[in-house]
Amino acid sequence: MWSIGGGRILAAGQPILDVLDLACIRGDRAVFAGLSFAVPAGGALLLTGANGAGKSSLLHVIAGLLPAAGGEVLLEGAPARSDPASHALRLRYISSQDALKPALSVAENLAFYAALWGGEVTPALEALGLGALASLPGRVLSTGQRRRLALARLALAPARLWLLDEPSLGLDAASVARLGDLMARHRAAGGAILAATHLPLLLPDARELKL
Amino acid sequence: MTGGVFGGFLAVLGREWKLALRHPSDTLAAVLFFVLVAALFPFGVGPAPETLSRLAPGALLAAALLAALLPLDRLFGAEAEDGSLDQLLLSGLPRGVLAAAKALGHWLTTGVPLIAATPIAAAMLNLPVEAWGVAMAALALATALLSLLGTLGAALTLGARRGGVLLPLLVLPLAIPAVIFGAAAIEAASAGLSAAPFLLLLGAGVSLAAPLAPLAAGAALSGE
Repeated sequence: MWSIGGGRILAAGQPILDVLDLACIRGDRAVFAGLSFAVPAGGALLLTGANGAGKSSLLHVIAGLLPAAGGEVLLEGAPARSDPASHALRLRYISSQDALKPALSVAENLAFYAALWGGEVTPALEALGLGALASLPGRVLSTGQRRRLALARLALAPARLWLLDEPSLGLDAASVARLGDLMARHRAAGGAILAATHLPLLLPDARELKL
Repeated sequence: MTGGVFGGFLAVLGREWKLALRHPSDTLAAVLFFVLVAALFPFGVGPAPETLSRLAPGALLAAALLAALLPLDRLFGAEAEDGSLDQLLLSGLPRGVLAAAKALGHWLTTGVPLIAATPIAAAMLNLPVEAWGVAMAALALATALLSLLGTLGAALTLGARRGGVLLPLLVLPLAIPAVIFGAAAIEAASAGLSAAPFLLLLGAGVSLAAPLAPLAAGAALSGE
């Protein structure tokens, strides 16, 4: 289940994500410029920095949702902008918004993404401890439960790179541990994680990048 | 992607359908608006039957297109607000396909109910019964064209301040041919003439917009 990237096995240490001299401009303000880093297979990078330092903008640019003002994003050696659709399929982006439809049930919310990306809904819900809530409508969920449903998208089908924006916001200790398990399995299978957070995450040997 | 591009298209369309069923108020609002305009018209122009049936074709078309505009600013707006738009853009679906699914979803959840309500509005406007079938066909094509153009407008005005005001100003001028040919078809039918040439012209408009509008909407969504 956790073999990633169409069966291709990357050599340990070969970077999954390569960011070269990246710059981002929003409005007429340069959010960041000349940013370069790499995240290897199995690696994790924590983005830290004050509010407004550009953590979310960086995740947006890497996901391909915002155009970069300069520089290059390479995912498994392929430039992000050459084929946005296949770039998007090789990553999962959990933004600061949960992207839930209150009118749909918990299972229906996730089933939509399962139809797009593959994977099974029930095991993914159980991985985040939401199995018992599957038939509840999204509108009755608490903040933490909404966050867990957003994170359940990660457990659907494997993708090389996870981009996480404050993934543990509003989670209780048990759910933080479940997220830790999920991230550990992803890394053990050769996936990479880039997480922006102010809260402690269970990411052993993660490097830190301060924006 | 598991089901390919077509599977993704169906997934987005099915989600639109489910959301419309759970939130029928948007659809009901459009249908009510349509019927109410048709009900108000006779009060304005007086109850003389000939006057009313002369105005009926244009009034039907104008009321239906305005009603179909109502839910358009939520088409991408609601998705952008809750963060779903980012996930849709990263779904791996080509953005034109995504916009096409949205346009078809809008037509199925707004256009089709309006077509179903056409006989009620037509009766209140004293349209001859022989022309009701053509009126429904003309409205089907006209609302389809509006769904396509409206999706483009919704994508272009997404994120603009007062986008809800901008959207009709952008879309309605493009929909003028739909009003002209749609009304002409209904008029021909109520005069006992063939409506086919006008319906064919409307159909040509829909066939032209069906590939082009979603492509343009997709490009507008990606911010390129």
